[in-house]
Amino acid sequence: MLSILTNNYGTLMSGLGYTLLSSLIALVFSLIIGTVFALMEISPHKWLRVIGKLYVEVIRNIPLLIITMGFYVIVPKYLLPVDGFTAGTIGLTIYTSAFIAETVRAGIQSVAVGQMEGARSVGLTYTQAMSQIVFPQAIKIVIPPLGNQFINLVKNSSILAFVAGFDLMYQGKIIANATFNTFDTYLVVGLLYLILTMPLSYLMRHLEKKWVTA
Amino acid sequence: MHKLKLWLTVAVLCVVAGVAAGCGRSVADQDALAHAKKTNTIVWGVKADTRLFGLMNTKTGKIQGFEVDMANALTKQVLGKSAKATLVQVTSDTRVPMLKGGNLDAVIATMTITPERQKVLDFTDSYFKAGQSLLVKKGSKIKSIKDLTAGTKVIGVQGSNSVDNVKKAAPATTVLQLADYAQAFTALKSGQGDALSTDNGILYGMSQQDPDYVVVGGTFTKEPYGIALNKGQTNLRKALNKALQELRADGTYEKLINKWFSDIPGFDIKEVA
Repeated sequence: MLSILTNNYGTLMSGLGYTLLSSLIALVFSLIIGTVFALMEISPHKWLRVIGKLYVEVIRNIPLLIITMGFYVIVPKYLLPVDGFTAGTIGLTIYTSAFIAETVRAGIQSVAVGQMEGARSVGLTYTQAMSQIVFPQAIKIVIPPLGNQFINLVKNSSILAFVAGFDLMYQGKIIANATFNTFDTYLVVGLLYLILTMPLSYLMRHLEKKWVTA
Repeated sequence: MHKLKLWLTVAVLCVVAGVAAGCGRSVADQDALAHAKKTNTIVWGVKADTRLFGLMNTKTGKIQGFEVDMANALTKQVLGKSAKATLVQVTSDTRVPMLKGGNLDAVIATMTITPERQKVLDFTDSYFKAGQSLLVKKGSKIKSIKDLTAGTKVIGVQGSNSVDNVKKAAPATTVLQLADYAQAFTALKSGQGDALSTDNGILYGMSQQDPDYVVVGGTFTKEPYGIALNKGQTNLRKALNKALQELRADGTYEKLINKWFSDIPGFDIKEVA
């Protein structure tokens, strides 16, 4: 097992780098996109609600592989050239954003209705009430479930392996095939994923303690 | 507490590893020929994504191709007329782990005999002498392996040695490895790479399916396909080699080659048999 790590150190580290990069990009953008769609889902405007619901329901009910293959195969054929890494990261972002939207929506809706009503009654606009009263309370509630989504996101980034995105899983597959030592290779790859997800796990727990009890 | 949890996880993983390795070895070490005679079947790993060799017919759900016919003919030749081949779908990725894990008796899945593979597996005599070539879109600037310079992208399939051959013959090109031939061909069609490189037999199958794509440049390697067995399965290897000779002698082999390959332009039976 150690020989797999030492003989392929450079390859594995470059894979780890691509996985980390893809995960970070997807994390930031899926959080932004997810929050926007969550706000649309609970918006007072009917057509915004319809768009938000439609997006979430369609995206979260399609396998990640199909979304990613869509960007890898269909987009370059008819629109613009995207490579495997880009297609995989876009697919990952869009897929995760639907789950984040649902998480954030549930968080906002679990804040007592009286908070919004009270804020509006003292003269705040809907936007002010949402951004200054309801949303900060919702954030605390959604921290634990968001942590789950982020960890899923890092692991789901292995989708890049299917579109030649040079990530950790892709390099792992290549090493497994070159050495025929499938089990040890995947054990090493699994441990490297653990190195990525464990700190994330701790960070989310830390935020939970710091914010939720505050 | 957290540290304890981490170590527990590692310990569980190690136990699973030990059990998996132990079970696999014991099955793979049994005499496969004796077991096949007892059960009156040989369990073959075959491709289901490779036109002409082993392809899933989506209407009937059956795998068809030259290798499937060979597996059936060889099973009957070794075990007698009443025997039937059991076919298990494999990919370039799964065929070695499944064979080593004892799930399969033999693998007949467009597998080239190479020295590296011979270290961990046994091979029968070659049943098909292929060679690696390039598939490009009609009118492409790439006419042979020499045109694969820096900035070009070549698509290959994970777990096949064709990828290493490309790296040797054209070191400047970027190689993209995809999961199977269907995905690789789809990636070529959507412009993810300039050429697709693998054995010519497989490329001819793709060209037959979509004549917009053509095989160019001839072969730049020799890739004899052999049947892969677990290391030490000498009885089964000898029986299969004998059966292979008998099939060649009685004309069955040539009949099967002609059945699958005779209508392909530029295909020379003498070159591969």
